Amino acid sequence: MSEPTTMPHDPLLGRITWDSIPMVHEPIVLWTFIAVVLGGLVMFAALTKFKLWGPLWRDWICSIDHKKIGIMYIILGIVMLLRGFADAVMMRIQQAMAFGDNLGYLPPHHYDQIFTAHGVIMIFFVAMPLVTGFMNYLIPLQIGARDVSFPFLNNFSFWMTATGAILVMVSLFLGEFSTSGWLALSNLGNQNPGVGLDYYIWALQLSGVGTTLSGINLIVTIIKMRAPGMNLMKMPVFVWTSLCTNALIVASFPILTAALGLMTMDRYFGTQFFTNELGGNPMLYVNLIWIWGHPEVYILVLPAFGIFSEIVATFSKKRLFGYTSMVYATVCITVLSWLVWLHHFFTMGSGAAVNTFFGITTMIISIPTGAKIFNWLFTMYKGRIEFKPPMLWTIGFMCTFAIGGMTGVLLAVPPADFVLHNSLFLIAHFHNVIIGGVVFGLLAGINYWFPKAFGYRLNEFWGKVSFWCWLVGFWVAFTPLYILGLMGVTRRVNHFEDQSLQIFFVIAAVGVAIIAAGIGAFLLQLVVSYFQRDKLRDNNGDTWGSGRTLEWATSSPPPVYNFAKTPVVHDVDAWWDMKKHGYQRPLSGFEDLHMPKNTGAGFVISMIAMVLGFALIWHVWWLAALSFAGVIIASIVHTFNYNRDYYIPAAEVVATEEARTQQLARHV
Amino acid sequence: MHADQHDQHDHHGDEEIHVTTSGYVTGFILAVILTVIPFGLVMGNVIENRFTAVMVLGLFAVVQVVVHMYFFLHMNGKMQGGWTMMSTIFAVIFVAITLAGTLWVMFHMNTNMMPEHKEIPALTQPAAPAPVAAPAVEAAAPAAVQEQAAPAAQAEHSGHGK
Amino acid sequence: MSNQTISASAAGAVGQREYHPAHEPHPENGTSLGFWLYLMSDCLIFAALFATWGVLGRSYAGGPTGAELFDLKLVALNTAFLLISSITFGFALIQKQKGNLNGTLKWLAVTGLFGLAFLAVELYEFYHLIHEGLTPQSSAFGSAFFTLVGTHGLHVTFGLIWLVVLMIQLNKHGLTRENNRRVMCLSMFWHFLDVVWIGVFTFVYLMGVL
Repeated sequence: MSEPTTMPHDPLLGRITWDSIPMVHEPIVLWTFIAVVLGGLVMFAALTKFKLWGPLWRDWICSIDHKKIGIMYIILGIVMLLRGFADAVMMRIQQAMAFGDNLGYLPPHHYDQIFTAHGVIMIFFVAMPLVTGFMNYLIPLQIGARDVSFPFLNNFSFWMTATGAILVMVSLFLGEFSTSGWLALSNLGNQNPGVGLDYYIWALQLSGVGTTLSGINLIVTIIKMRAPGMNLMKMPVFVWTSLCTNALIVASFPILTAALGLMTMDRYFGTQFFTNELGGNPMLYVNLIWIWGHPEVYILVLPAFGIFSEIVATFSKKRLFGYTSMVYATVCITVLSWLVWLHHFFTMGSGAAVNTFFGITTMIISIPTGAKIFNWLFTMYKGRIEFKPPMLWTIGFMCTFAIGGMTGVLLAVPPADFVLHNSLFLIAHFHNVIIGGVVFGLLAGINYWFPKAFGYRLNEFWGKVSFWCWLVGFWVAFTPLYILGLMGVTRRVNHFEDQSLQIFFVIAAVGVAIIAAGIGAFLLQLVVSYFQRDKLRDNNGDTWGSGRTLEWATSSPPPVYNFAKTPVVHDVDAWWDMKKHGYQRPLSGFEDLHMPKNTGAGFVISMIAMVLGFALIWHVWWLAALSFAGVIIASIVHTFNYNRDYYIPAAEVVATEEARTQQLARHV
Repeated sequence: MHADQHDQHDHHGDEEIHVTTSGYVTGFILAVILTVIPFGLVMGNVIENRFTAVMVLGLFAVVQVVVHMYFFLHMNGKMQGGWTMMSTIFAVIFVAITLAGTLWVMFHMNTNMMPEHKEIPALTQPAAPAPVAAPAVEAAAPAAVQEQAAPAAQAEHSGHGK
Repeated sequence: MSNQTISASAAGAVGQREYHPAHEPHPENGTSLGFWLYLMSDCLIFAALFATWGVLGRSYAGGPTGAELFDLKLVALNTAFLLISSITFGFALIQKQKGNLNGTLKWLAVTGLFGLAFLAVELYEFYHLIHEGLTPQSSAFGSAFFTLVGTHGLHVTFGLIWLVVLMIQLNKHGLTRENNRRVMCLSMFWHFLDVVWIGVFTFVYLMGVL
């Protein structure tokens, strides 16, 4: 298929026309736009009034500090969560009302964009940034290092991820988004010449660069920058799960890049990879994208498993049970996750032999996960459990995720999958494991480490409200979907004829409303805690008292250099070991500390790359060529900068540590 | 990345791999031999059986890759504390799974879902796989079976009224 | 509760256990390992492209085939250029090891010239194939061929740009520790491209002709 001929092409503006602005004829988009503009103006005004532009640029946008970058990732993830959740609410409302003569308020074309955007945003711009943010923030602290191995690359990776998110948001107001689902399965839309699929492709390719580089960065950090004495089997379990996650990222994201690249070739150059003529094979795309797609879900869940391991040990006041088996289970999951991908398309005709192989591997991969659950339970057994919000999330996870995992094993049976493939049962299953596993893990992690990052605890009451709303809301929202799926209802449908199904969708909508309350409670928790921060202050650094890993040795928040003196590690749970042996903070003997310098190069290169993506989407070829050259030149110019580090003078370290000594003395 | 004036601190990790002229020359000669032979085999049409030819060429490629890894990339199990080897093994495993898995899956899918497609790629046979033989089998079926099939087919047609 | 009592006693040492080293350790530099990991990820991009070639490589769509069009003598020439450029890069490293900046630059330049020759032959070959009716659009075979071989060629192109920039930086700063690391990275990249080419000439050209 040659280049799209249906849309007009102007040498200056590519295929941008007045019709590209959807709000002209779609009220929902118009009101969203107005809200965004107003919100943006308020933020702009506030930044100007409080003279925050300078600090914003110097201390955040240009920051190569892993802690700041981690926080920025998490903020990005939470903001995009609100957008992705809005999509979910819209879908639930539509499906609760659209029966028989009532067509609902979302015509199919709009509905298709909403479920596509929902999936893309939740996976790529909520879950991935949140997970990456946690790994970024915690890994150097947990291994006793001052930063990651490649601090500039870290900053660059964040901004590349952000450009992807920005492109997705721009698609709301200029053009449209893809209608082909979150994976753009080629048979659903490769031939669609509209800009939607191009927004999708370039948003993912740009953020994919960031993710892959971040993967390399964190692996090298874990290998090279561990504190003296911390050999591999003395690392915190979160670091182990992060190591495996990043290995999966580095190995699998190139496959996504290639698959999307081949689709891009089809769309821009008229090649025959996934066409139906001249030898193309659309199933090849499906195959390649799922070779990436399955490791991707383990990339999302393994860090969550790591978070739970840390939380369970801390709030049971017991060493994690079965450290060695946890590590082996994680590595097994990592390798096995490469051997199951076909279970996403059992029904596409590969035959009994192939289906059987992948069905068996899929069932096998549930075993190491089961081992982990037993380890968490055995950690809790005979522990002195504190039911703080992080622990509540953990227990909620264990119940919810276990059931979701079981429905996964059910789907692993090919004959069962022939009935349930692409039904609402499948939707319920993956939301069960992603919400129960990943989202609960991230919310647990936020409650657990927020005090470390910002110096004050989160309000416990609203934390518990949020947890219960999420837990109850999830089950109310998705149990009806399990039932509907077993009855044969298909996914991605915006209207139904069978009125008897409506009650299930209404219940599901109520569930989503409860989850919305959970999100509202979470946001309220953030706001209330800020106003109560003096009362909730963490003056100690060891927020929960029973911290076991090195991040709890630092102040809350940690100084820019993390550790005034690099710690020496003797045992697993290094901080617990230090406390047990009566460790005292050093007060003298500080040296100049070698630190990386902030730089704006990452932001600049990423913004030019975003212009490149935008130009390619809209076929503004002159701009694409210019910005492509710009990215290359800006990158080369950056390599001429040999002046990338500086030393914090020992005197400054002394002053910072002295201030902490005073703080500790005041709050004994 | 450290500025030049801090050279004295940054010893670790910069494993100075010792390179020798003889190492490169040996690697080069081996690589040339391992290239000339496969080219010769194909250009001279030396091996009749396609499957054997594919296996032999593959073998030469694998050996030459190892030669490059050892003589040019100076790879060994001690580089970077063993992590170079470990990551290479991981990568090789994943590459193998991707290649073998894709070929296996796609071959089966094509065979089942595109029986008329004559250009199904296969390492072991040239074009024209089994499904094309099916009509020939049908044609060779005994007359009795065909007689039985015909009335049944007629009954089906009348039933559908097409 | 934690035991963070404040005292002026010996910093960090308790009983037999030292909890801080005498001097701040400098973490190992990760550039070589990091670049190697990037090369592993690049391996997987090529794996996907080779897999695509494996599936679509015989889908001629009634058009010209590899057996008809591939000029193995030209491919042999190209292979020679790339292999020679690998050893000339090796000679550059030997000069670098001796601390000889000019020798390093000389052999890097020779490497660049062979790389350029490789690209020139490849572009000529592409032109010839397109002229004969095999284009990226004419069949899946054509798409797979041009994309796989073209991606390798693009990598070589970026390698050459990097080579030129590095030569400028070597000229400017000399054989510093940082520049040493960069030369080693480019060396890894260059040899890696030769390794991928082994796969290309074997699986695309030689097997494509069978």
